[in-house]
Amino acid sequence: MAEFALPKHSKIVKGIDYPINSEAENTKKINVYRWSPDDDENPRIDSYTIDLDQCGPMVLDALIKIKQEIDSSLTFRRSCREGICGSCSMNIDGTNTLACLKSIDDVKGDINIYPLPHMEVIKDLVPDLSKAYEQLTSVKPWLQSKSDPEKGKSRKQSPEEREKIDGLWECVLCFSCSTSCPSYWWNGDKYLGPAVLLQAYRWIADSRDENTEQRLEDLEDSFKLYRCHTIMNCTKTCPKGLNPAKAIGEIKKLQLERR
Amino acid sequence: MQSKSHGVVHWKLQRISAIAMIPLIIWFVSSLVFNLINGYDQSINWLQSPLNATGMVLLFGTLYFHAASGLQVVVEDYVHNEGLKIMSLILIKLLSVLLGVLSILCVLKIYL
Repeated sequence: MAEFALPKHSKIVKGIDYPINSEAENTKKINVYRWSPDDDENPRIDSYTIDLDQCGPMVLDALIKIKQEIDSSLTFRRSCREGICGSCSMNIDGTNTLACLKSIDDVKGDINIYPLPHMEVIKDLVPDLSKAYEQLTSVKPWLQSKSDPEKGKSRKQSPEEREKIDGLWECVLCFSCSTSCPSYWWNGDKYLGPAVLLQAYRWIADSRDENTEQRLEDLEDSFKLYRCHTIMNCTKTCPKGLNPAKAIGEIKKLQLERR
Repeated sequence: MQSKSHGVVHWKLQRISAIAMIPLIIWFVSSLVFNLINGYDQSINWLQSPLNATGMVLLFGTLYFHAASGLQVVVEDYVHNEGLKIMSLILIKLLSVLLGVLSILCVLKIYL
């Protein structure tokens, strides 16, 4: 059956409290999930209180400040700090999002930070996304065509055709959506999940791609595609404001038309 | 059991049966209220009309089909033990056919 409770070794305990030393007035307490593969300890929640007047506006700024000034062992992924690379996806204040796009002021009270839900944790806020990347590769997220483009020219696309991939190409593959989806939690080994299905639709909808039929055929599977039960967590959580649920709906529509 | 392919067929039938049940359930519930007010003998009379008997047969057919396909999805979602899953899916199919046929025969018994 589905496992609804955490295994004993995954139960979270209270961790270390790092109070603020200065007399700062504008402070915020940040509770962060910590787990290390190097010892045999259970995961714990460490609390850091920081001076907001000495910190950038985003949650990622706070994490970087903690790592630089309080606890250098805190581990998380980050790169572009402007919502383009998709590295710093994590669960902040109960919602999967990008730490670099989440404003500290948007969170009332303490900020609770956990890794993306239901993924194996490598360390602290770093989830193991290798299975998700494998699934992404399985939908062949690149242009496939039999015909050659005009010599020395790029493949042409009308503005209308180009518009069809708006709301799809912007995805930065942070997997906030897939890891917010209960169906992906229960059947992530077989269900592709919203992030990968949105990518699949991005190539189905692209007029330059000539492998649409095969792409649809590959997705016509009661687990790969039809585990989506329109829960809509994906659309609600997407830090880029995209709509994976709609993309999945479009794939289902095309599957109907093929029959 | 429908683990590979035929995803679209199952998805489509589940939705068609759901839509079909909207008018059927509205009709059934309003008739039920009507029959509760009019008592037993009137209800038997009601079911002996060909139109009402047809409605009831259609309702039971759609209802058990829809329930079985919905339960199938629930089992596929949550039951991860392969043996238990196949057992449950077979049990759901058998029970829904059994109950469906039984219900339809009850309607016919009164009608005929």
